Amino acid sequence: METKPKLYYFDGRGIMESIRWLLAAAGVEFEEEFLETREQYEKLQKDGRLIFEQVPLVEIDGMSLTQSRAILSYLAAKYNLYGKDLKEKLRIDMYTDGTLDLMLMIIQAVFKSPKEKEESYALAVKRAKTRYFPAFEKILKGHGEDFLVGNQLSWADIQLLEAILMVEELSAPVLSDFPLLQAFKTRISNIPTIKKFLQPGSQRKPPPDGHYVEVVKKVLKW
Amino acid sequence: MAGKPVLHYFDGRGRMEPVRWLLAAAGVEFEEKFLKTRDDLARLRNDGSLMFQQVPMVEIDGMKLVQTKAILNYIASKYNLYGKDMKERAIIDMYAEGVADLELMVLYFPHMPPGEKDAALATIKDKAQNRYFPAYEKVLKSHGQDYLVGNRLSRADVYLVELLYHVEELDPSALANFPLLKALRTRVSNLPTVKKFLQPGSQRKPFDDAECVESAKKIFS
Repeated sequence: METKPKLYYFDGRGIMESIRWLLAAAGVEFEEEFLETREQYEKLQKDGRLIFEQVPLVEIDGMSLTQSRAILSYLAAKYNLYGKDLKEKLRIDMYTDGTLDLMLMIIQAVFKSPKEKEESYALAVKRAKTRYFPAFEKILKGHGEDFLVGNQLSWADIQLLEAILMVEELSAPVLSDFPLLQAFKTRISNIPTIKKFLQPGSQRKPPPDGHYVEVVKKVLKW
Repeated sequence: MAGKPVLHYFDGRGRMEPVRWLLAAAGVEFEEKFLKTRDDLARLRNDGSLMFQQVPMVEIDGMKLVQTKAILNYIASKYNLYGKDMKERAIIDMYAEGVADLELMVLYFPHMPPGEKDAALATIKDKAQNRYFPAYEKVLKSHGQDYLVGNRLSRADVYLVELLYHVEELDPSALANFPLLKALRTRVSNLPTVKKFLQPGSQRKPFDDAECVESAKKIFS
């Protein structure tokens, strides 16, 4: 029997959240170890599990994987969320890379000064409305299917839902000009594994707060 | 017969250089269309060629690809530079992402405001010497093979060798303490396709100079 994947990260969203989403959507149970002290982090380094001294770290199938895109690609392939051929995989890579760029703007903002943080958030909302969401609305309109790629659920759909919810937390009406994305959001949210993940008590993490920022800075000595 | 891939970018390294290296290493001939003015970028945006309104963009196999990582993954898969199975691909991805993190700093360095350059250079040198180069040296030492993963050339080797050349331009003694990295670089540089790419007259771009930086600023402002 396979052991569960184990996630090593802070008790918060950060760059690990996309990995939690993907595992949850795939219906895969996973364990988490939360970094709270510098000592825990140094032990991971000393044990040689962090090739570039960085988390996220996911232990799965006998590997200590770091670098979130490497982890996400592996999980997408393993759990059949990466399309059926090379061209579909390519489209999924393009779409997820775009949504990751958008989410990174928001994820990294929390460590900035209050003024810079607000500017970053405003820019993220603007980019969502003028660059990213129009692109995905166009894709859905183009083929009229329920999912972004190949008429079946893929990593691209899961990632886009995560991004939509993240931007809505900053600006609730952000989908007002995008009817197909609104329908998409409802549809993907109702997939049983994802619906479960969206309920209280799941391993989904809340938006970052001051405490989260403090812990990260302490552990990474920023 | 399929046409050659066409790369759309400004005439400089920027984010496109890793794509040039990988295509060249794979022995794939490609064409380039250089953006010279803001209008060139506007035209590409207006005709719907750029999914997220950004370059790099590569026309290949009837598609217009954007997002550098997606482009590199596709080329690696198509030309068998991506390992033999899922697990090798995960390790290759992990190594490539590490290179990408440092390479991004290096490629962006010429385009930084003058006041920020000293600090950036110090960070690049520190990260290369203390984080990234030791990690890859350790990988090569651990298995004693000629390439990073699976005992054969992959995109991770090509990307790392590109990084080694670029860091050395900024810090001439950067490889002094890393004999296995030096050996990897020599080995990869001697592959016929890479050797050709390293010669003058190839499509490899020189360090982004002041003129190149000005041009990019104009296009992307």
